[in-house]
Amino acid sequence: MPSIKSKHLIRIQDLTNDEIYAVLENAATFKEINERPIKKLPTLRGRTIINLFLEPSTRTRSSFELAEKRLSADSLNFSASSSATVKGESLLDTAETFDAMKVDMVVARHKYGGYCNILADHMDAKIVNGGDGIHQHPTQTLLDLFTIYEHFGRIEGLTVGIVGDIYHSRVAGSLAPALASLGATPIFIAPPAYQPDVPEELGAQVAYTLDEVLPELDVVNLLRIQGERAQGLYVPSLREYSALYGMNSHRMNNLMKKDAIILHPGPMNRGVEVTAEVIADPRMLVLDQVNAGVAVRMAVMYMMLGGDGDVE
Amino acid sequence: MPDTVKASLMNEQDVSRSLMRISHEILEANGGAEGLAIVGIVTRGDIIAHQVAENIQKIEGSAVPVGTLDISLYRDDVATKISPVLHRTDLPFNVDDTTVVLVDDVLFTGRTIRAALDAIMDYGRPNAIQLAVLVDRGHRELPIRADYVGKNVPSSYGEKVMVRLKPVDEVTDVRIIAADPTESDAAGDALPPEIDAITGE
Repeated sequence: MPSIKSKHLIRIQDLTNDEIYAVLENAATFKEINERPIKKLPTLRGRTIINLFLEPSTRTRSSFELAEKRLSADSLNFSASSSATVKGESLLDTAETFDAMKVDMVVARHKYGGYCNILADHMDAKIVNGGDGIHQHPTQTLLDLFTIYEHFGRIEGLTVGIVGDIYHSRVAGSLAPALASLGATPIFIAPPAYQPDVPEELGAQVAYTLDEVLPELDVVNLLRIQGERAQGLYVPSLREYSALYGMNSHRMNNLMKKDAIILHPGPMNRGVEVTAEVIADPRMLVLDQVNAGVAVRMAVMYMMLGGDGDVE
Repeated sequence: MPDTVKASLMNEQDVSRSLMRISHEILEANGGAEGLAIVGIVTRGDIIAHQVAENIQKIEGSAVPVGTLDISLYRDDVATKISPVLHRTDLPFNVDDTTVVLVDDVLFTGRTIRAALDAIMDYGRPNAIQLAVLVDRGHRELPIRADYVGKNVPSSYGEKVMVRLKPVDEVTDVRIIAADPTESDAAGDALPPEIDAITGE
């Protein structure tokens, strides 16, 4: 039995609960390797992985790239500006071109949800979703789960608030169903304009007032507010959003549970969804998440590109 | 199908005596415990390593550092099979200028040891690496030999030499398990089930 049964990782639902826990366990081992002076392993020698990032990305792409390099895979990077898509090549032609190059895995990011499914339909390579539109971002979810699991030693039974622009968030789109499936309680906390159309489909409850639910939360996951497209359209002003939904020291010290943690997928807008004082607090684990990201992606690639998991 | 035990090779006392002798041999060959570190390959080499270190402590009165090593990520067959769950590698000493005694339960093809050598080298440059095994069953596929051997056991390739050790197993012993006929080459040549169905046999 392969250690991850699904050929592709496009939605977090491609993984069973057992597989998610296996990724988290293995990621703990890879995290230790990332602390060594020599961080390179020969594990994926001779495997070729393409990072096809047709939407801007700093941390996800560099995190995948580091994970690939540390496992000794050969990797190639394509960004929107360096690929033929700017010359008008269709998604399908891009997929078939890469397939003809005989690559083992494609890590893809695109502004359209479903892009990875198009790749999967037209390629032999295994596809890992690096974030597609407002759909899903499964490796972000795995690193969020890892950070939560490492801190609490469990996921089941925890209440996790996801605060911000849920509607446009692929982070929420992956994390909420995973949490629900693992027995945690995800709550979307946002003004109505930011709430998804059918939150129950993602397994989440809905709340409109942060201060009411904050005392119940074990994890506060803050999403990035995209200022340029938010102001005037979804919220009257960023200052109002910040006053009602931003995490500040008053909320953190007076309303939040003492042993709760704060997460953020990055990049952060200081002063909008989170203040500098909160970022400096030890309960804010954003850098732990970045650290976990490399380890989790190493685990995913090892388990997807390795053979059957039946070694004694 | 339950395992068919072909022969029982060592009981708990035999294992204990062998490990005591190996501990003495390690000290004799290295002129004491100075500069030594014992590293067990998970999961059962790890248990043996701790036993050997405990013996050395009793004999010499000085503690030697013990480490554990998971070689899964260094295997040469990652493309065909991987460990479902990785174990933690923990070498709580500086590998540089140390004489590392690598410990495993069974020495077979030598491929595990090859992987272990690479894994240790990623931590530093040891003075020397020596190899201690509880059982050497032959059939080497690489030019690797053990420095300290508990018991040499002639076996045929398809058989399994199974080492059980407390506390991960209920008992401590070494047994030969007969080759599983469904896994043999002959079985591999047999007709697949759908062909059997066609012939009606």
